[in-house]
Amino acid sequence: MQALYAQLLVGLINGSFYALLSLGLAVIFGMLNIINFAHGALYMMGAFVAYFLLNLGGINYWWALLLAPIIVGIFGMILERTMLQWLTGLDHLYGLLLTFGIALIVQGVFQNYFGSSGMPYAIPDQLKGGMNLGFMFLPVYRGWVVIFSLVVCIATWFLIEKTRLGAYLRAATENPTLVRAFGINVPRMITLTYGLGVGLAALAGVLSAPINQVRPLMGADLIIVVFAVVVIGGMGSIMGSIITGFALGVIEGLTKYFYPEASNTVVFVLMVLVLLVKPTGLTGRAA
Amino acid sequence: MKKSIASLLLGTALAVTTAGASFAQDKTVKIGALSDQSGLYADLGGPGSTLAAQMAVEDSGLAGKGWKIDIISGDHQNKPDIGTAIARQWFDVDKVDIIVDVPNSGVALAVNNVVKEKNGVYINSGAATSDLTNAQCSPNTVHWTYDTYMLAHTTGQALVKAGGDTWFFLTADYAFGAALERDTTAVITANGGKVVGGVKHPLNTPDFSSFLLQAQASKAKIIGLANAGGDTTNTIKQAAEFGIVKGGQKLAALLLFLTDVKAIGLETAQGLNFTETFYWDMNDQTRAFSKRFSAKMKSSAPPTMVQAGVYAGVRHYLKALDALGGNPHDGVKVVEKMKSMPTEDDLFGKGEIQPNGRTIHNAYLFEVKKPSESKGPWDFYKLVGTVPGDQAFTPLSESKCALLKK
Repeated sequence: MQALYAQLLVGLINGSFYALLSLGLAVIFGMLNIINFAHGALYMMGAFVAYFLLNLGGINYWWALLLAPIIVGIFGMILERTMLQWLTGLDHLYGLLLTFGIALIVQGVFQNYFGSSGMPYAIPDQLKGGMNLGFMFLPVYRGWVVIFSLVVCIATWFLIEKTRLGAYLRAATENPTLVRAFGINVPRMITLTYGLGVGLAALAGVLSAPINQVRPLMGADLIIVVFAVVVIGGMGSIMGSIITGFALGVIEGLTKYFYPEASNTVVFVLMVLVLLVKPTGLTGRAA
Repeated sequence: MKKSIASLLLGTALAVTTAGASFAQDKTVKIGALSDQSGLYADLGGPGSTLAAQMAVEDSGLAGKGWKIDIISGDHQNKPDIGTAIARQWFDVDKVDIIVDVPNSGVALAVNNVVKEKNGVYINSGAATSDLTNAQCSPNTVHWTYDTYMLAHTTGQALVKAGGDTWFFLTADYAFGAALERDTTAVITANGGKVVGGVKHPLNTPDFSSFLLQAQASKAKIIGLANAGGDTTNTIKQAAEFGIVKGGQKLAALLLFLTDVKAIGLETAQGLNFTETFYWDMNDQTRAFSKRFSAKMKSSAPPTMVQAGVYAGVRHYLKALDALGGNPHDGVKVVEKMKSMPTEDDLFGKGEIQPNGRTIHNAYLFEVKKPSESKGPWDFYKLVGTVPGDQAFTPLSESKCALLKK
């Protein structure tokens, strides 16, 4: 029984990454109608920026949490301005193919320079060590990841669903012409939104750097699972992706306990089942 | 009747002379370096293995004797179907004579069958499974660098003898993990130890915390890592995070490469015990070779034991061809010649290839240095002990290889 609690907690930790990444994907899809396959590569860039900041600039983890999302977010905005904006109004497939190509190029460049086994990034001193919870030993850093991601997820949800800025955004995607008539710069809002989504991916990358290796393929390994999360949660639904992210982390953790061989596929089995019963995903609205 | 005998004789004579002529003159060789070029084993083999093969060709001096030796490389992506497809194309279309490296035991065993079918030469350096020279041995195959039997009988045995008598396995769920767990379990039980549990994880798993919690709950003294590359580095790193070693359990990295230690960082990796058959900083010859190798590598990394094995294997292969006077393009014949000659090179020293295709050379027990002991960017290992080849590898009396039953 103790082991089961431990697995639940560990699942929640992985779920934080799924939630943060699928949240960014949902924001981008919901607002821009782009299926952002470059998300994994941008997540990887977040981890690499943190690594460079530390090793080249001596800038620590805490600053990296702030700076890496901004730097990668700016990179994302450049991508949006130079490439993605030309796809407005076209079929989803074009965005998917373009971002998939971008992901391959970015990963290829990093792999060419940094190999495949990756670089170490130490846990910051303040978050080293662990607590004995009775049923398991919880590394402080993992506890921090869960709490921090939850806060970021809720803040993003609040920003989009409850603030005036969020209302503009949602309106701009529903009816850009009308919103433009109110004197709001819609293209700029779209660019900033893409930057926000990308920044969330980079933030997840920084959070993951001390736990996983900083590797060029770290995003490629994760992105398929995250897409499954988004599909299960309902494409574009903010709350849906947050809840599904955490829930799938837990389900995957339990699978690792009961039948580890299936842990890589359980998410996809679920995806198939959900799509058969409810093609729009758990919380998705019909298009 | 007379006529037919005469024509038969004439035909035979013609065949012999033409074969002899082409045999003496044919000095062309095509080497295929098949590796994981982009996945989790790319740094320990990959482009470095192709470079090692190239250096072996250059160092052989055969070009000066009129030989024409080409190298092509391929990416098997850790998938047996892709590996065999490339191997078939290489033999059928590109007229490759020899395939080298092939890390990933699943792919290695699949390619083993293709090479046998096409009567090519197969020098495997990167794969670990001892089945290559045991149950699935082939007259076309030489297994150069290391195998699971050797890993089990060096690292595994040393740890059991040092008091680690209860084990829990974290095993990569494919041919390699299964072979390593099987061979190590045999050593543990033979030495009075016990395996109390284990978990099989999918290849290329980013998060090991669930598995590590199970290992922790098992209370086993030793957590045996029957995985490799990125899987091993992630396990070791996350085990440190979960305080496993501090909690009194010991990690046995049954297979660890130089590039893995680099990826984990000395801070976390220090004190780990493991076995390799080559380390760049062993002696003047290995240092000299490694210096040349690093200068040509983009990452300036010294060679791993897998890459060193590719170099040594190709060198020995070319020596055999030189001794034959030409390339007969007959894999079995070349491998027989390779087995008849003692092996000797700057990287592995003196050794031999046994009739089952297993290359025998010394194995070394290493310990990862503390950060304070390391003097340079790749100064990672402390030599703890040397196991002579005849004790490290499967004794012929225990081998199940069909080639030995002739």
